[in-house]
Amino acid sequence: MGKTTYRDALRQALSDSMTTDPNVVLIGEEVGRYGGAYGVTKSLIDEFGPERVIDTPISEPSIVGAAVGAAMSGLRPVAELMYVDFIGMTMDQLANQAAKIRYMFGGQIGVPMILRTQGGTGRSAGAQHSQSLEAYVMHTPGLRLAMPATVSDAYHLLRQSLAQPDPVVFIEHKALYATSGELDDQTPVAPWGKAHVPRQGDDLVIVTYSRQLHYAILAADKLAKDGIEATIIDLRTLNPLDIDTIRTHVERCGHAMVVSEGVMTAGVAAELAARISEECFDFLENPVIRIAGEDIPISVSPLLETNSVPTPELIADAARMMRS
Amino acid sequence: METQTNSRLAELYPMMRRIRTFEERVGELFVRGQSAGSMLHLSIGEEAAAVGVGAAMRDGDTFTTHHRGHGVFLARGADPRLMMAEIAGKETGYCSGKGGSMHIADMKLGHLGANAIVGGGIPSVVGAGLAARHKRSDSVSVAFFGDGATGQGVLYESMNMAALWRLPVLFVCINNQYGMGTRIDNATADPDLYKRAIPFGLKGAAVDGSDVEAVAEIAGEMIGDARAGKPGFLVVDCYRFYGHARMDKSPYRDDAEESEGRLRDPVIKARETLISRGEIDGSSLDEMDQNIAAEMDATIDFAADAREPQLDSIFDDVYDPSTPPPESVRGRLARILGQSQ
Repeated sequence: MGKTTYRDALRQALSDSMTTDPNVVLIGEEVGRYGGAYGVTKSLIDEFGPERVIDTPISEPSIVGAAVGAAMSGLRPVAELMYVDFIGMTMDQLANQAAKIRYMFGGQIGVPMILRTQGGTGRSAGAQHSQSLEAYVMHTPGLRLAMPATVSDAYHLLRQSLAQPDPVVFIEHKALYATSGELDDQTPVAPWGKAHVPRQGDDLVIVTYSRQLHYAILAADKLAKDGIEATIIDLRTLNPLDIDTIRTHVERCGHAMVVSEGVMTAGVAAELAARISEECFDFLENPVIRIAGEDIPISVSPLLETNSVPTPELIADAARMMRS
Repeated sequence: METQTNSRLAELYPMMRRIRTFEERVGELFVRGQSAGSMLHLSIGEEAAAVGVGAAMRDGDTFTTHHRGHGVFLARGADPRLMMAEIAGKETGYCSGKGGSMHIADMKLGHLGANAIVGGGIPSVVGAGLAARHKRSDSVSVAFFGDGATGQGVLYESMNMAALWRLPVLFVCINNQYGMGTRIDNATADPDLYKRAIPFGLKGAAVDGSDVEAVAEIAGEMIGDARAGKPGFLVVDCYRFYGHARMDKSPYRDDAEESEGRLRDPVIKARETLISRGEIDGSSLDEMDQNIAAEMDATIDFAADAREPQLDSIFDDVYDPSTPPPESVRGRLARILGQSQ
């Protein structure tokens, strides 16, 4: 397919899925005429009409709740939550309804819906529009969680999510929409639930996802100049979590760092570090190091914002300290 | 004596009696220690809401209920034995013992789920309505909830969406006057709840919940309207005869109020009306009630004798069965520490 952007790859995935499956509908604030707050759904209303691209009032709980009911009634809804920061508004419908319906009802029915949203820093959007709240989702059994880092996964991970029988929270990163790359729309880098290893070295493993993948690659390039060769694992999905790939590489390298933009305490990085420590204890030569968001809100000031979350420099410095 | 048994009321009465008796037996199941817990919310006094609206619905219509939803489910055709087994937490129950009284559901009967979050099931009917429109089906989806849910924002969001999109949806507020221990006049500035329909352009109505014929009539009209894309908001006014849940002795209300409230008994009223109209005589009604009592007595034994869930099923149905279940703590310990536990 050639070169495209993360934003356009997402739109292509939605368009292709809607073409293939007439039961796929989009529902959310500004998804129609406006084309999505970040332009992901631009022009889809022209292609598929207002009955399949449904603009809603600003009513996040009922947007997600309507998606739950629609998914139980034979549709495959893709609800959009404009910012992941608003997930607290929807948490009842997400955590008490979507996540639990299959289990509470004894397996009678699943809720095959997607909640598309975006998070992260990078636009001076402030404390209520810049968070990385994937831990809220990962902490809720019954919800799948996908976080694409690349153009290829913007397309393929969304297509894969749309094939899941269970609810998927799909969190994009706002700083990635304009990034570009090659998209082969026939070939994903990995199947659903499997991590991708874009770089392989023997000295340490960096386990990451979403935008921090790119920071880890920048850090690894610098580290290579110092003679430190890093393996990088892009998890792609946090639920399912591909612990097998993590274990394989950590056992080989003996040093592991996890990198996440979410705040450190009780976060995704904490969970990953605990898993690695348990699974690979006999192979580890250092404690598993967490590089995560500071335990603070995000500022509007670009200087403060940038330093609230991991940077390539911080990742590289941490790796050097581990290997010194 | 000849009896005429084909009036609407004569058709509706037996289901109200079945609900009343079933819920009395739920109370007995609890007293016998055979219910799974005490989170049992009885709708005694509210039978006309369930039966009147339920009778106005068709096969293929869907609905969600609140935590006080036994009556609605029975009115829509539930098997009381499978309900009682579920309330007892048994594998034989509607939800394999995982849902219980507050999370009972049956997709075959269109029951998209009882809900233990006040208002939690309401937006599902918006989605069901969207799906019906999308599939060009003529089914209606009905949200049943209590007056307590009128305090929840999600209700008004969903009312707005249903009206905005002209969905085949009916909102049914069973106003039993109490959200747990708080009477409606302590919880809302205007207890005339039907007026909540007005700002959204929904058809709003309130009906006497002791009169099942009146409920069935207005529900029939409003469900017909909903089927034609004119959603509505129906308030059924009744009185919750007993406490919030089984452990609640209602210390927040006085005996005089309870006695007066229990005079608004839809089952007794229907019975007296049937007799006074000469439709069914008292002894025939007694016989009918006794048959229902026997049917409901049997549900207790059915539930008591029903299979317990297998412990292995604890990890089933978190996710679709085509995907691996979550790993157990013991499984992980064995794998990491290399010891079988």
